[in-house]
Amino acid sequence: MSAHYDQQPILQARGLVKRYGSVTAIDHADFELYPGEILAVIGDNGAGKSSLIKALSGALVPDEGEILLDGKPVNFSSPMEARELGIETVYQNLAVAPALNIADNLFLGRELRKPGILGSVFRMLDKKAMEQRAKDKMQELGLLTIQDISQAVESLSGGQRQGVAVARSALFGSKVVIMDEPTAALGVKESRRVLNLIKEVRDRGLPIVLISHNMPHVFEVADRIHVHRLGKRAAVVTPQSHSMSDAVAIMTGAMEVETDAA
Amino acid sequence: MSANEQKTSSAVLEHDRVADQAGSYVAQFQAPVSLMHRFQKFLHKYPVAAPTIVLMIAIIGFSLLIGDRFLHPFNLSLILQQVTIIGIIGVAQTLIILTAGIDLSVGAIMVLSSVVMGRMAIDYGIDAPLALMIGIATGAIAGFINGTLITRMKLPPFIATLGSWNVFFALNLWYSKSETIRSQDISNTAPLLQWLGETITFMGARLTYGSILMIVLFCVIWYALNWTAWGRHVYATGDDPAAAKLAGIRTDRILLSVYVLAGVVCAIGAWALIGRIGSVSPQAGYTANLDSITAVVIGGCSLFGGRGSIFGTLIGALVVGVFRNGLALAGVDVLWQEFTVGILIIVAVGVDQWIRKGTA
Repeated sequence: MSAHYDQQPILQARGLVKRYGSVTAIDHADFELYPGEILAVIGDNGAGKSSLIKALSGALVPDEGEILLDGKPVNFSSPMEARELGIETVYQNLAVAPALNIADNLFLGRELRKPGILGSVFRMLDKKAMEQRAKDKMQELGLLTIQDISQAVESLSGGQRQGVAVARSALFGSKVVIMDEPTAALGVKESRRVLNLIKEVRDRGLPIVLISHNMPHVFEVADRIHVHRLGKRAAVVTPQSHSMSDAVAIMTGAMEVETDAA
Repeated sequence: MSANEQKTSSAVLEHDRVADQAGSYVAQFQAPVSLMHRFQKFLHKYPVAAPTIVLMIAIIGFSLLIGDRFLHPFNLSLILQQVTIIGIIGVAQTLIILTAGIDLSVGAIMVLSSVVMGRMAIDYGIDAPLALMIGIATGAIAGFINGTLITRMKLPPFIATLGSWNVFFALNLWYSKSETIRSQDISNTAPLLQWLGETITFMGARLTYGSILMIVLFCVIWYALNWTAWGRHVYATGDDPAAAKLAGIRTDRILLSVYVLAGVVCAIGAWALIGRIGSVSPQAGYTANLDSITAVVIGGCSLFGGRGSIFGTLIGALVVGVFRNGLALAGVDVLWQEFTVGILIIVAVGVDQWIRKGTA
């Protein structure tokens, strides 16, 4: 599935500003994510990309500007509110509870209850349904190498754990998935699997915002690359139009780009 | 542009090629190498297994050593009676330890609640059911105070409950005027308070209602921990509070609910305590704090939270009960009972560390 740039952006930010005292973390930043694409967000340390992402995922409330989801202005005051509107975030490290099993982790905080009196009065969990849906999702995303859905997450490798976190976002994210450095803690081979997984999620129709420091990863999977510099968007490039060194040059200010390539 | 494109795609291709050479066994597991390793994994997956094995060995050992006297239903039911109070308090302690906390005030909450129940019913002549409810409310309030100190004031549970232990115990001495309410007075005015001490005889075994209540309590809390979202959230909060929060769990609420529930369970233990000793004594149950932690630890719960089963605590309490009973029947001095319990604790924690190391 290819991205639809002729459509309305699914997630958009206009003129976002966030100040911490005299420090301006976001300085009139714009942002667009289109349906069906992987948009990488890159930027040097301190460029304000994590502030931008926090604003988009509800972890931070901007001072000025607006965020539009499906063209409608939204205001999140917490990550939970963003999640309720269909924006899921995969965090770098803190994604899963190690002693709980895969199905429990996938549904943590959003458990399914049994129908009827068992669920309403006795609050009984529908473990079978959760396990089935977890299995289906893991299978759909090509994570079937994880044989046993009831094994504790701590028995999984780092990449598999990240896989569980990604599966959770794909299970519940109806609009957008934001991934914060999903490969930063992983080895080469595991990174590969997670990258494939990211593409898989995109191909299933969920647009993805990918924050990464890893240029080869960004250039491999991204459809477009949002380069953040000095608190705002410096450029949007594509892996086809620019090289990695160009991207680094834009990030560091050595190169300026006038147009918003799309 | 085309040069750039080539550069990029060739880099990706190279990356792919290298990654492919590496093989596709990324997500596979190494087969357990040794029998020991397999055993370790088994113990890790079933936290109740280790204490159950110890319990079995203890029962078999003592029956070989002592014979029928030990295995007699009457003696076995006696063990159950002896572990009733610790078992109930152990339920409360397990809930708290699962959240990576600890509650040093459980014994004090129990005694305070029992004194409130006793004074309400005997000194003020309040109907026994209402007196019971007031006693249980006392436990809930005590738990709420602990929970508030921990979630609002962010005190470490150890310190918060060390403080409240002393406070509750002092309140208990003040409110009871350090006086015991006599068993006769209770049976005359409020026999309901002693009801849990009554027994039913069943095939030579003498079960108290208190023991039965303890088993029911274990089952109810087991259900809540394993079959409700609340239970999953308790585990997640103890396992990794940051991950739990990111999953949208309001961990402070979970913690508060756990401490309040623990207080209620302690107050139920207070009722069973009155049944067990017949009277209401401000000095009773003083060792319940540490005994409950002992039962939880021997039962395989991790003090780091998030791991363990509620039934492990029942088994842990039974292990302690069986050792004490067996050693007493064998005519061993009481001090060696304490010695043995101490060794059991150290071994239990050692095994827990070993199990967790094996799967890290």
